[in-house]
Amino acid sequence: MSTTLPRRRSRVSLSRRVEPYAYVAPTSALLIVLMLVPIVMVIGYSFLDNVILNKNPEVVGFDNYVEVLTDGVFHTAIANTFIFVTASVVAHLVIGLAFAMMLNSTLLGPRIISLFRGLFILPWLFTAAIVAVLWRMLLNPNGVANYLLAAVGITTGDTEWLADPALALGSVTFINIWSGYPFFMISLLAGLQGIPADLNEAARVDGAGPLQRFWNVTVPQLKPIIISMALLDFIWTSQQFALIWMTTGGGPIIATEVLSTYTYKLAFAKYEFALASTSAVLVLLLSMVLAIFYVRHQRARD
Amino acid sequence: MTTVTRTPRLSRSSRRLVQRIGLLLGLLAGATFAAAPVLWMLSSSFKPNTLIFEFPPRLITEGFSFEAYGAIFGDPEKIRFFINSYVVSGAVTIATLFVAILAAYAFSRYDFPFKKPLNVIIVTVQAVPPITLLVPYFGLVVTLGLFNTYPGLILTYMVFTLPYAIIMMTGYFNTIPRELDEAVRMDGAGSWTALWRILVPISVPGIVSVGVYTFMIAWNEYLFALTLTKTTDMRTVPIGIQLLMGQHSYEWNEMMAMSILGSIPVLVLFLFFQRFFIGGLTAGAVKS
Repeated sequence: MSTTLPRRRSRVSLSRRVEPYAYVAPTSALLIVLMLVPIVMVIGYSFLDNVILNKNPEVVGFDNYVEVLTDGVFHTAIANTFIFVTASVVAHLVIGLAFAMMLNSTLLGPRIISLFRGLFILPWLFTAAIVAVLWRMLLNPNGVANYLLAAVGITTGDTEWLADPALALGSVTFINIWSGYPFFMISLLAGLQGIPADLNEAARVDGAGPLQRFWNVTVPQLKPIIISMALLDFIWTSQQFALIWMTTGGGPIIATEVLSTYTYKLAFAKYEFALASTSAVLVLLLSMVLAIFYVRHQRARD
Repeated sequence: MTTVTRTPRLSRSSRRLVQRIGLLLGLLAGATFAAAPVLWMLSSSFKPNTLIFEFPPRLITEGFSFEAYGAIFGDPEKIRFFINSYVVSGAVTIATLFVAILAAYAFSRYDFPFKKPLNVIIVTVQAVPPITLLVPYFGLVVTLGLFNTYPGLILTYMVFTLPYAIIMMTGYFNTIPRELDEAVRMDGAGSWTALWRILVPISVPGIVSVGVYTFMIAWNEYLFALTLTKTTDMRTVPIGIQLLMGQHSYEWNEMMAMSILGSIPVLVLFLFFQRFFIGGLTAGAVKS
């Protein structure tokens, strides 16, 4: 991130050597107290029996890990998280790219395009809690979504989008798709605008059609951005809590249980703080694996 | 001769027209997908609660009024949600900017042995899932006597706003020539003066964009607001909206009104700082 400039003077004064530490001291203190200590704590908790509630918890080794890893609900949470995240990331990419390409067109005036850009970004400006209540209203059995779908004959008009176990996961995924694609769109639009025009022109002169230009010019040029965004989105979406918690709470029963709601419930519904910590450590490991991929990819780009 | 040249020209312009219409239809479909739910939220915030699920649905119903907004502004408990959100987000923004500017200055202008590892830590920390920190934070905040207080929330949020703020600020400082602040130091001024008198005033656009982003993260935070506060008078807007769902019946119109009111700061910030904002957002994704 930061560039290391060549040292100008061979002898650096003492104050000059101490100063940077003073400047990074508040950051370091915060990161130690609120990041390092909690991570050590959560890992420690995961090897104890019920912490926080129990004043003198005992060390139980890997018992908590065995219990969480053999819990059927945990398996469901993993599967649901995977479906939720993968579908979201793919849809974010497809919709984001489609919208970005429309906004990158020169067929219409810049005013019209910037109006649509503003509209397309809208979903992203609402926080997860708000997105959740909004879609609970729209997807209510008596709501406007059912009315419109019945009017065009797709459904019978009384679908329980969030309460039917067969539909709930798809519904929350759809909501997450709606709220998250603009982030992709903005980055991809910036990427599209960075593709040299003569590249497309050269392909056109060579007789490439629009589809060929898309696959042979646009996609390869955007590839680094697409991979970065997909990895970031993968990390963020796998951490999504508020949206699911406020739409279905992980239900009905465990139909939309994901790793974050599973962990939260262990802690604040069942007061199993040690098991919650164990699950939290497993989530951390997963995120770190994804983060390593991300950092590697960024390094390769630089 | 004329017919030969005119025919292709005509067909080309008509093909362009078809393309334009196609694009416009695509844009309209996209806009419907993106904005129709928001429009429905807006219209529902003006409806009486009994007509939220009126059949068939109408954008404007009878009794279309500011009633739901009145109910929020007339209830000190609900106004308190907004005050809490503004206090916490404002404090997080100021504190994050201050700490991030100091750290970014060190990263941008100094070489020191721990620079690399610290940088790696700051980047990695961004990937730590909030849910991982939930249980230890709960324990820590209770132990420190910060449960259900502003400082408890503010400190917690800073862990999530600070890394990004430092990375963005360092990037911004790096674009400003060293000679500018070095010149002041040659004249005998300390690094503190060089930072606050020279570097910070030049960096206002960067600081604004970091500030806007920080404010938005804090304003939207849900998980820790839910778990680290307890009493209604300490709840922030996202939790306040949820509390409206718990009471006897669902006050949909009030929830929508509160959603609109709760989104205004973000919408306004976005509208005014769109350019900075998109620039900052894409800085990480697009290689410059």
